[in-house]
Amino acid sequence: MTTKPLIDKPRLAELNETTLLDLLYYMKLMRAVEQRIERVLYRQGKIPGAVYSARGEEAIPVGSAAHLRPDDVVVSLHRTMGMFFIRGVPLRRIIAQYMGRKGGVTDGRDGNMHMGDLAYHIIAPISHLAETVPVAAGAALAIKMRGEDRVVYCYFGDGATSTGSWHEGVNFAAVQRLPLVLICDNNQWAYSTPLEKQMAVEHIVDRAAGYGIATEIVDGNDVLAVHEATGRAVARARAGEGPTLLECKTFRMTGHAAHDDARYVPAHLFEEWRAKDPIDRYQRYLREQGLLDEEKLNAMEARIEAEIDEAIAWAERQPYPSPDELERGVYYES
Amino acid sequence: MARMTYLQAISDALRYEMRRDPSVFILGEDIGVFGGAFKVTQGFLEEFGPERVIDTPISESGFTGAACAAATVGFRPVVEFQFIDFISCAFDQIVNYAGKCYYRWGIPMPVVFRGPCGGGVHAGPYHSQNPEAWFAHAPGLKVVLPATAKDAKGLLIAAIRDNNPVIYLENKFLYRHYREEVPEGEYVVPIGLAALRTIGQDLSIISYGATVHLCVAAARQLEREGASVEVVDLRSLVPLDKQTILDSVKKTNKVLIVHEANLTAGFGAEVAALISHEAFEYLDGPIMRVASLDVPSPFSPTLEMAMIPTVDKILEAARYLLAY
Repeated sequence: MTTKPLIDKPRLAELNETTLLDLLYYMKLMRAVEQRIERVLYRQGKIPGAVYSARGEEAIPVGSAAHLRPDDVVVSLHRTMGMFFIRGVPLRRIIAQYMGRKGGVTDGRDGNMHMGDLAYHIIAPISHLAETVPVAAGAALAIKMRGEDRVVYCYFGDGATSTGSWHEGVNFAAVQRLPLVLICDNNQWAYSTPLEKQMAVEHIVDRAAGYGIATEIVDGNDVLAVHEATGRAVARARAGEGPTLLECKTFRMTGHAAHDDARYVPAHLFEEWRAKDPIDRYQRYLREQGLLDEEKLNAMEARIEAEIDEAIAWAERQPYPSPDELERGVYYES
Repeated sequence: MARMTYLQAISDALRYEMRRDPSVFILGEDIGVFGGAFKVTQGFLEEFGPERVIDTPISESGFTGAACAAATVGFRPVVEFQFIDFISCAFDQIVNYAGKCYYRWGIPMPVVFRGPCGGGVHAGPYHSQNPEAWFAHAPGLKVVLPATAKDAKGLLIAAIRDNNPVIYLENKFLYRHYREEVPEGEYVVPIGLAALRTIGQDLSIISYGATVHLCVAAARQLEREGASVEVVDLRSLVPLDKQTILDSVKKTNKVLIVHEANLTAGFGAEVAALISHEAFEYLDGPIMRVASLDVPSPFSPTLEMAMIPTVDKILEAARYLLAY
């Protein structure tokens, strides 16, 4: 495995050059992997089922996950691949997961980003959106009951906040003052449904008024802004001050999934948001700071392509699961 | 008559009822502007307007409850679940509100809950399920599963006109894989009548939904091997056409029950209990079942295809019974 863990830094001011470049690396890796999956492997028929990507939303999982301690718990979403890298989940296992092969995170039992691994303290999502929010609250409750200073991250999208489960989970976490960081990837579209059909308030954080928790609206296309805001939320959680809702505003630069051409999204919105691309913006920033030049960038991109090639080659060597395994593991045995 | 896919027949039924009856309206996620995840309601927003084609937030429990209330005051709502797996989010409203409403109050509840069920498309544990037994077990609900395009149309029209809550389960594999001549305009298939897909003397294969087509394929193969097989398509689980089942069993004396939902406590067990009680003396062999294995629907194609019924699995059980 070639990804390396980030150094946990509570404040931007303390970020060193390596960490600043790591943020770029993980965002670029996430985009390159998802592009390869969506535009090559899926079209080649090497990936069954559906493929979801988070093009344009990479700053949210990367900027936030950079704060995680190895013992913190994360409840993932289908648009948080960068978080998996930062946690140290090997890329080759993620590729094998998409292919439905052995060696994938779920050994072919589930597909795409539907995966978790408690070895990395990652809890898998289910398709029923926001059912994970009460689950995340429960993980945080266990931490509180044991008197630990670990935190729980829960990622979800804008649409998930319309479900009853989201509200029940947030309310429970608020009442219990649980160490929970609620990270909303507000990409403004739930499949074809825009925000104004999802809710009658302007911001996701407006919903939190009913629960008495801290909130923050964040530029979700600014990886450093996400990093800073998450740092404040984590500090509150570790200090026993309860949950924080971070609304990271971004834009889904793709369809809901690879099979969706997103014709319902007005074209000018894609244009506007392309200009705010989180990777382009951050690359410009790093160049201005004198931390990135053409040579470093080329080396990073070459490294990423090589890592992806290696991971795909490994995944393609893995067998598909044998039907003999089908009935194993429905129940805990021994 | 017009040649339609199974999916087009569903759209046709919905459109026909919405044109005929202004009290019919539809609601669900992405059904308006987008025309639905599978495009069942494409063009409906343009024809019927946003008051009757309601794009909802991601709130299955919320919009299901809203539909139930509208049904008690003169509307005939049709709720779309984007994948039927998500009906679990609305379970309480359906089982405890809709299903018990008439019994408790005497107020009719003409509402349809429809959505795509079924596997074979490598969609994993949350986009492949067959939940009919959950609802067949709850009193007050009707449960129908069309296997053909004609039935898709006729049963949906019947469901919309029914004064009870109806769970209408459409198979996503059949959406575009099945096509036939379907009557245009008025066409009703009464809820509670089974259909014979083949006529035979030696074995009854009882099924419903997508597996009916596997059973017919198996029956054709067995015909070539010299056996005469009757395929009974239940079409409706609640109410159940007991007469057609028993008539077939009393004629063939051997029974194989096939469904794609997993085996344990599946609806096949109910059919088997009925037959053993009502036709025990007529049986010349054990009542057998072919169903999915009792595991969550796995994603990887090698696992999923091993889990669900296939023509070969049906043939194997049928040959065993025929030789019994």
